Amino acid sequence: MKLRCAFKILQTINQNMALNLDDIKRIAHLARIEVSESEAQETLNKLSGILGLIEQMQAVDTTGIVPMSHSQDVTQRLREDVVTKTNQRELFQSIAPATQDGLYLVPRVIE
Amino acid sequence: MQWEVVIGLETHTQLQTKSKQFSGASTTYGAAPNTQACEVSIALPGVLPVLNKEAVECAIKFGLAIDAEMAPRSVFSRKNYFYPDLPKGYQISQFELPVVGKGKITIQVPATKSTEAYEKVINITRAHLEEDAGKSVHDAVEGMSGIDLNRAGTPLLEIVTEPDMRSAAEAVAYAKKLHELVQWIGICDGNMQEGSFRCDVNVSVRPKGTEKLGTRREIKNLNSFKFMQQAIEYETQWQIETLEDGGTIQQATVLFNPDTGETRAMRSKEEANDYRYFPDPDLLPLEVTEADKARVKAEMPELPQALQARFSSEYQLSSYDASTLTASRSLADYFVAVVNAGAEPKQAANWVMGALSAKLNAEEKAIADSPLSAVQLAALLKRIADNTISNNAAKQVFEGLWAGEGEVDAIIEAKGLKQVSDTGAIEAIINEVLAANQAMVDEYKAGKEKAFNALVGQCMKASKGKANPAQVNELLKAKLG
Repeated sequence: MKLRCAFKILQTINQNMALNLDDIKRIAHLARIEVSESEAQETLNKLSGILGLIEQMQAVDTTGIVPMSHSQDVTQRLREDVVTKTNQRELFQSIAPATQDGLYLVPRVIE
Repeated sequence: MQWEVVIGLETHTQLQTKSKQFSGASTTYGAAPNTQACEVSIALPGVLPVLNKEAVECAIKFGLAIDAEMAPRSVFSRKNYFYPDLPKGYQISQFELPVVGKGKITIQVPATKSTEAYEKVINITRAHLEEDAGKSVHDAVEGMSGIDLNRAGTPLLEIVTEPDMRSAAEAVAYAKKLHELVQWIGICDGNMQEGSFRCDVNVSVRPKGTEKLGTRREIKNLNSFKFMQQAIEYETQWQIETLEDGGTIQQATVLFNPDTGETRAMRSKEEANDYRYFPDPDLLPLEVTEADKARVKAEMPELPQALQARFSSEYQLSSYDASTLTASRSLADYFVAVVNAGAEPKQAANWVMGALSAKLNAEEKAIADSPLSAVQLAALLKRIADNTISNNAAKQVFEGLWAGEGEVDAIIEAKGLKQVSDTGAIEAIINEVLAANQAMVDEYKAGKEKAFNALVGQCMKASKGKANPAQVNELLKAKLG
C-alpha cells in the first residue's frame, strides 16, 4: 500500500519520476507535515529509493494482466440499512478541546 | 463572432437510506448538532467503514434506470484534503472504477417564444457512491467555527454528465428530468432546500462551429432551478464579454449570488485540486452481480419512458401529452387513477394537464395534495361526456369540488348547471332571441358570418349558459336556413 500511495502521489506531481526538494515540500504541505531542510533532504533520498524500485517494477511486462484492486480475492461485505448507533455526543465531546451548543469548535475557517 | 456555450453537470443526490454510508448512525435531517455523529462519523482512531447495502441498491437502481454499463467490480478510493468538516482528512469516494458507467437520459426542452419544444439525449459519464461532509457554522463564536458532523458520512450518489448541453434551458431541463427520475425510482427525496439534490455546473464557451472546448468555470452548489438558469446565463455572458474584450478565462470555482444575480470566483484554495486519490485499504472491491441487478430490477416501478410508450399506445395520447403526464410519478399515478375511474383518456389528459395543473400551480400545491381526488375528476368528466353539463359549467363544478363544496352531482344541482338538451325548450329560447335581435338576423342573411356566432351567444346568455351549445347551433342554423 505504501508503495502504491507513493506512486500515486508521484504520478500526480511529476511525470518523469525524478524527485526534487520542492516536490518533497509540496507533498509534506499537502499532508500537513512539517519538515525541516535536513528532514526534507533525508526524505528525498528515501522516496527516490522507493521510486527506483517502482521503476524496476515498471520494466516488467504486464500486458493482459487485470490491475489488482485488492491483495485478496474477496469482495466487500454489506451492512443492512439499520440505525444501530445511539447518541453519544456527551461522551465524545468530553475529550474535545472546545465545544459550544453541541458544536465542535475549531479556529475560524472562511470559505 | 457567434459563440456557443458548452455545459456539463455534476449532481450530488442524497440517497434515501435510514443509516449512513459506512456506519449505523441515523441520517434524519434536522437533528440537534452532533447527536447523529457516531465514532465513525467523527473519525475516532481505529474505526472502520462498513458499506450500506441499501445505498448500493440505490446505485444499481439508477444504473438500470439510465440503461448504464455497470461495473461488476468497483473500487472505493480516498480523496484527500483538509477541512474541519471532514474529520478523517479524506472523503471516501470512487475514482477509477465507479459503480455506474456510461448511460443516457432523454430530456424534453420546453418551447420558448422563438423556438419549438424538442427532445435531446444527454450522455451520462458515470455515477459513483461517496459520503457527504459535515457542516460548518461560521458565526457561532467570535474567531471560531462550529462543526456539526451529523451530515458527515451521509450516502451520496454523484451523477456526472458529458459536456452535452448547449444552453441554460437544456441544463435546467436535464436537472429537472434527473430530479424527477431519482424521486421516481425512490432513491432520493429530491428536497433541494435541505440539500438532498445539489448541482455543480461546468460552463465554457467557444466560437460556434469549432471543436476545441474552452476553459471551464464551475458554478458550485446550485440548489434551485431558477438560480441555475440565472447563474448559467450570467456566467455565459461574462465569459463571452471577457473573451471579446481580449481577456482569457482562468479555470475556477465560482459561486452564484442570488441577491445580485452574479457569479464570482471563490478565493482559490491553494493546490485544492491535488486530491491524491488512492484505493481505500479499509474497503474491499464492491461486487455487483447479474443476480443483484435482476433482484433490484424486480422491485423497481415502471420507468417513465416505458410508461410514456404505454400511454401513447394504450390510450392513443400524443407524444407531447404522454411525455408531460410522465414528468413525475405522482402526476402519472393521478392520471391513471382518473382513467381507471372511468374517464376517457384524452379528455382526462386535457383536464389533468390543463385546469388541474393550472390550479395546482396557482396555489403552489403538489398534485399529491390536490383537494380534488382522481375519482371526483373522473365523475366530473363523466357528466360532460353524457351531456349533463357543458364544458363551461364543468369549470364551475371543478371550482366547487376544489373548494370542497361536495360531490359532483350535488354541486351541479346546487348551482343549477344542468344543461338543457330538450329541443322544445331550446327552440323557445331561440324564438325569443330571434324576435329581439332582428338587426343581427338581417346582417347574417346579408352574408355576415359573425352575426351567427353573436346570435348563438345571445341564446346561451338567455339560457343562463345551460343550453347545450351543439344543439343551439344546429337548431339556429335550421331556423335561419
